[in-house]
Formats: sequence, C-alpha cells, structure tokens
Amino acid sequence: MDLILFFLLAFVAVGCAINLVLQSHPISSAISLIGVMVSLAGLYLLLGAEFIAAAQIIVYAGAIMVLFTIVIMLLNSGKEAPGRMNNLSRFLGLPLLLVMVGLLAMVLVQVVPPTQEVKFGNFTGGGPADLGMLLFTKYVLPFEATSVLILVAILGAVVLALKEMD
Amino acid sequence: MDFLTNSGVPISWYLILSAILFAIGASGFLMRRNIITVFMCIELMLNAVNLSFISFSYMWRQVDGHIITFFVMVVAAAEAAVGLAIILTIYRNRRTLEIDQINALKN
Repeated sequence: MDLILFFLLAFVAVGCAINLVLQSHPISSAISLIGVMVSLAGLYLLLGAEFIAAAQIIVYAGAIMVLFTIVIMLLNSGKEAPGRMNNLSRFLGLPLLLVMVGLLAMVLVQVVPPTQEVKFGNFTGGGPADLGMLLFTKYVLPFEATSVLILVAILGAVVLALKEMD
Repeated sequence: MDFLTNSGVPISWYLILSAILFAIGASGFLMRRNIITVFMCIELMLNAVNLSFISFSYMWRQVDGHIITFFVMVVAAAEAAVGLAIILTIYRNRRTLEIDQINALKN
C-alpha cells in the first residue's frame, strides 16, 4: 500500500510541477502549484509528519496560494509572451537538467543506506505534542526570532502597499 | 501483488523525488518571463527542500527536521507577503510583469 500511495502522489506532484513550468497563464501555474502542495502533504503523512501535513494544507495551499491568486487577479495578469531562448539553452537545457537529476539520484542512492524503508506507522513522533515540546524547549530562541521576522514582514508589506495613497 | 501491498518505499526515493521537484523549480525559475510565475517556482523549490527535511527526519527518527520545515513555512509566508507587495509596487510604477523589461539597474 505504501508503494502504491507513494507512486500515485509522486506522479501527481511531478506532473503538476511540470505543468506549472509549461503553462503560459499564471493562474494555471497557481492551480498546478496547489496540486503539488496537496500531494506533498500526502507524502508528509506517509512519512509520519502529521502536524506538518496539516500546516502544509492550511498555510501553503490555503494562505499563501490565496495571496498569489489575489495578486494575479488584482494585476489582471494575462498570458505570457513566448520567451526568446537562444539555441544553446533550447538544445542543451533539458539534457543538462536530466544529467543534474541523474547525478543527484546516483549520489543519493549510494549515500543513503538501502535498508532504510518507509512504512506508514513506523515513526509516530510528528504529532503536535512532540513538535510543541521541542519547539518551546530546544528551539525557543529561533521561535521568538520568528515573531520579529513576521512583524518586520508585515511592516514592510504595509509600507510598500501604502505608497499609492499619498 | 504481495510485493505491492507489503513492501515499504526506500527513503532514497523520497530524496530523489525532492531532487526532481527542485530541478523542475530551478528550470522554471530560469525559463519563465512572468514575475509571478518566477515567484511560484521559488515556492516549488522551497517545498522540494521541505520534503527532503521530512525524509531525513524519518531516517534519523528525530523531530528536528519537522521544526526546520515549520520555520521554512513561516519564512515562506513572510517572503510571499513582502514579495507580492514588491510585485504590486513594480506593476504600479512600470505597468509590466515581464522580467525582461524590468532592467532599470542594467544601464
């Protein structure tokens, strides 16, 4: 069952990602990105990260993508003009990309021990209780720094968006 | 059929999937001309990295990777807010979303 679910979710994720890159209209890209995020949330569940899977759906597929969609709607962004690529990138781009992925895959297969297998339910440390315990003890300083980061981000966004008013 | 239902997935496959997603995101980042789509490709790369953090977390049976993923999500949310505000400002000033035409620093 693990294998079937992994392949199903992985194919959806890769297919949506390729669709994201190839579509010419930004709204189609945004919907493909939501597909990638939802299938990644399923993979997180298979890996025993329940809280992160929920946060992925709520924060990424919910909040961030709604923000993207609103901006696309607001700017009334139309189809992208076909890009002019030079011959080098047109003919060498895809093969070089495949070479890069192949090399990475080769290194990963050699480095990661093959006895390590993912079975659903073998690791149950990803619940909210375990995460919260670690977040408020070992990682409490980065957590507090995050609040400053969000404050600065809010102020920056407001300052940038307010320019129009005056 | 027994093989399909009972066997687990090697952890390296998850990492390879993460590498594939990252490569697709990087190629989109270089290839696309619309600034919003370029931004979405950055989000795709962040998601790919998150997947490898969660896989390593499973591999070592430690929750630290989940925490890092959580922080990446927070930073991505902040980045999306500021980045989209910048895109709005650029569009207001220059009336275009094509990154080829936003070249004020070039000359």
